[in-house]
Amino acid sequence: MTSSTGPVGLYQYDAVDREFVHERVEQFRGQVERRLAGDLTEDEFKPLRLMNGLYLQLHAYMLRIAVPYGVLSSTQMRRLAHIGRVHDKGYGHFTTRQNLQFNWIKLAETPDILGELADVNMHAIQTSGNCIRNVTTDQFCGAAADEVIDPRVYAEILRQWSTNHPEFSFLPRKFKIAISGSPADRAAVKVHDIGLLAKRNAEDEVGFEVWVGGGLGRSPFVAKKARDWVPEADGLAYLEAILRVYNQFGRRDNMYKARIKILVHELGIEKFLTHVDAEFARIRGPKFALDPELVAAIQARFAPPPLADLPGHCPEFEAAKASDPAFARWVATNTVAHKAPGYICATLSLKPIGGIPGDATSEQMEAVADLADRYSFGEIRVAHEQNLVLAHVRKDALHALWTELKAHDLATPNIGLVSDIIACPGLDYCALANARAIPIAQGISERFADLDRQLAIGDLSINISGCINACGHHHVANIGILGVDKKGVEFYQITVGGNAGIDAAIGDIVGPALPAEEVPAAIEALVNVYLHYRKDGERFIDTLGRIGIQPFKETLYAAAA
Amino acid sequence: MPLLRETGEAVADAWTILPDDRPVPAGGAVVVSLKRWREERETLAGRDAPLGVLLPSGALASDVAPDLQRLGLIALDFPKFRDGRGFTVARELRERFGYTGEIRATGHVIADQFPLLVRCGVSTVQVPDTAKLDQWQAALGTLTIAYQKAVAGEELPLSLRRFKVA
Ligand code: HEM
Ligand code: SF4
Repeated sequence: MTSSTGPVGLYQYDAVDREFVHERVEQFRGQVERRLAGDLTEDEFKPLRLMNGLYLQLHAYMLRIAVPYGVLSSTQMRRLAHIGRVHDKGYGHFTTRQNLQFNWIKLAETPDILGELADVNMHAIQTSGNCIRNVTTDQFCGAAADEVIDPRVYAEILRQWSTNHPEFSFLPRKFKIAISGSPADRAAVKVHDIGLLAKRNAEDEVGFEVWVGGGLGRSPFVAKKARDWVPEADGLAYLEAILRVYNQFGRRDNMYKARIKILVHELGIEKFLTHVDAEFARIRGPKFALDPELVAAIQARFAPPPLADLPGHCPEFEAAKASDPAFARWVATNTVAHKAPGYICATLSLKPIGGIPGDATSEQMEAVADLADRYSFGEIRVAHEQNLVLAHVRKDALHALWTELKAHDLATPNIGLVSDIIACPGLDYCALANARAIPIAQGISERFADLDRQLAIGDLSINISGCINACGHHHVANIGILGVDKKGVEFYQITVGGNAGIDAAIGDIVGPALPAEEVPAAIEALVNVYLHYRKDGERFIDTLGRIGIQPFKETLYAAAA
Repeated sequence: MPLLRETGEAVADAWTILPDDRPVPAGGAVVVSLKRWREERETLAGRDAPLGVLLPSGALASDVAPDLQRLGLIALDFPKFRDGRGFTVARELRERFGYTGEIRATGHVIADQFPLLVRCGVSTVQVPDTAKLDQWQAALGTLTIAYQKAVAGEELPLSLRRFKVA
C-alpha cells in the first residue's frame, strides 16, 4: 500500500523498502531462469528458493509468505485471498510462525505470485532456509493492556537488520528470534534460538533480557538466560555477537545437531557466553550502537491508530453481555484488555469445531479484511496459535462485530480452550511427516464439541506435530501429541506438562504411543483425571504440577487397555 | 579458473595455490596451507616473495592474526557453498584485525553469494571455469539496497540505514 492508503499501526514501507522487495522478486525470477537453464544445480537452487519461502512438498510446492511480526493490513489480506483463489485451491493456512502458507503452488507461477505480493509490500523473504527467519512476536503488540514496550518497533529493527545480512545468510541451520514486550510473554520466546523480553529499568530506559538456545524439534530445550539486561543501544551488537559465535562454532556435520541449542548444550552456557562476551566486548560501542534517532524514526512509522477518547465503562457493552449469554461467553474467551479505555482486542478463532486449525478460505480472508476496515482501523494480526486478531475494537461495536463474525464461522468461543488446537500440516501435506496431524485435531475437537463443557474444563493447550520436527510445538503444550511411525502405521505419543509461556517447560511422555483411533478417548481420559483432582481455580497444568504424572499414566493406560 | 575482483572485473591471477606436497619455489607469489604455514613458518617467513595462506573452513581469523603483516593474501576455502563460516572469517579479518591485504574466496561459491562476500570484505573470488561471468557480474547489481553497512569504509552505525550499494 502507499502511505496515503495505508492503515495506521502498520509499519509504512517507504520507497527504499519497496524497491528492495521488487528487486528481490527480480532476483528470484533470475534464479528460477538459471535453474531451468541448468546454470544452477538443484542442490544450489534449493537454499535460494528456500530463502524465498518455497518448499517442495508431497504434492506440490508450498509457498510460505512472511507476515512480519504477524501484522498485516486489510489490503494485504485481500491480496492473500486473491492469491489463494487464483494460485491455490481457495484457501490458505496460517501457521505457528505467524506466517501464511499456500500448499498447492506451481513453481513456474511463483515469480508472478511474489510480484503480486510485492505490490502490497509483502514477500516470502527468509521464511525458510538457514538464515535469520521472520521475527515473531505477541499478537496483541501495540494494544495489550499489560504491554510495557511495543515489541513491533524492535521486531521491525530486527527485520531490517537481518534482511539479506551478508554474514549470516548461510548459517549452520535456521535461526528464529522472538520478542515480547509484555511480562506475560505471548510469543513463546523461551523456545526460540534467541528470545528477547523487552523491558524497562528503574530509569525508564529500554533494554532486553536475552534468552538463547531454546528450540523444539528432536532435542527440545528451554532457552537459557544469556543476560538480564542489554541496553537498547547495544541490542544489535549483542545479537551480532551471538550469531557470530554460532556461525563459527555451530555444528555443520549433522543437520540434526546444527541448531544453536545444541552448541549451547554441548559447550555449556558458561563457555558459550564467554565466547559471546568476548565478541560483544569487541564490537559494542559507538560504531555498532543502535542510534536512538533511528529507533525514534521507526517508532514514528508505527503511528498509533486514532483511537477515540472513550470512557472505560461502556454501558452498551455491559448490556449486550447481560442480555446475550452467547456473546458474553465469546467475550470471556476471545478477548483481552486493550490499553485504551473503551477498546478491546478480539481473537477470531480459526478453530471451528471439527475444522482444520489455521485454515482460512479466501472468502473468510476477504470478510476479515472488510471487518478490519470497519472495526479495527484496517489492521489484522496473526497469532502463533493460528488464529487472527482484530486488536483495536470499540467495546460498543463488539456485539455487532461478533454477529458478523458468526456469519463467517469465525466466532467459535474457544480461545485457550481444549479445541483451540495447534496442529502442523502433517502427513496430509508434509514430506517429512510420520503421521497425520489434522484429522487428530479434528477428532479431538469433535469429541469436545460441547462448548459449555470446554468452558468448564478451562485453560488447556493441545498441540499436535506430525513428526519429531515439532512444527506443531507439541513439546510445549499442556497435552502434546506427536505422530510416530510404527512399522508403517501412524501412532501418537502423548506428553503432558509442557508450557509455552514465561514459565516455559517441555512436557513429559505419559507412556507408549497409541493408535490414531484411540487418541481422542485418551485425551478425554486425561482431562477427566484433571477434573477429578482439580481444586478451585486450578488449570490443568496446575493440577498436574500438584499431583504429578502418575494418576494420568494409570488412567490413560487403564482406559486404553 | 577465472578470478573476479569485487567490482566484477576478471583479473589475472598473480598467485599460485601450492599443494602441501609441492616444494615452495624461491620466488613468485604462493599460497600455502595453514598447516604448512604453521610447520614451516620460519623458512616461509624468510622468503623474499609474496606469501599467502589458505584457511580451511573451520579455521578462525585469529589463527592467522599474529601473522597478518607478513601475509599478502588470505584465501578462504568454501568446501560447500552452504558452509558460511568464511563470511565471518572475512569480516573478522577486516573489522577485528584490520587486515588490508587481499582476501580471496575459493572452493564452492555461487554467484548469488558474490555480493555478500564482497560486503563481508572479500576482495577476489575464484569462480569455476564453466561459470558464466555475466551472471556473476549481474549478481553484484541485482539488489541495490542493503540494510547493513558493508565492512569496507564503515563509519556509520551498524544498521538500519538503507544503503544504495550498486
Ligand atoms: C510443511 C512443511 C514443513 C517442513 C518440511 C518443515 C520442516 C521443519 C524441520 C525440518 C524442522 C526441524 C528443524 C530443527 O529442529 O532443526 C521444523 C521445525 C519447526 N517448524 Fe517446520 N516444517 C514445515 C511446516 C511448518 C509449519 C506449517 C510451521 C508453522 C508455522 C512450522 C514451524 C516450525 C516450528 C515452530 C518448528 C519447531 C521449533 C524450532 O524451530 O525448534 N513448520 N520444521
Ligand atoms: S512437524 Fe513434521 S510433519 Fe509436521 S510440518 Fe513439521 S516436519 Fe512436517
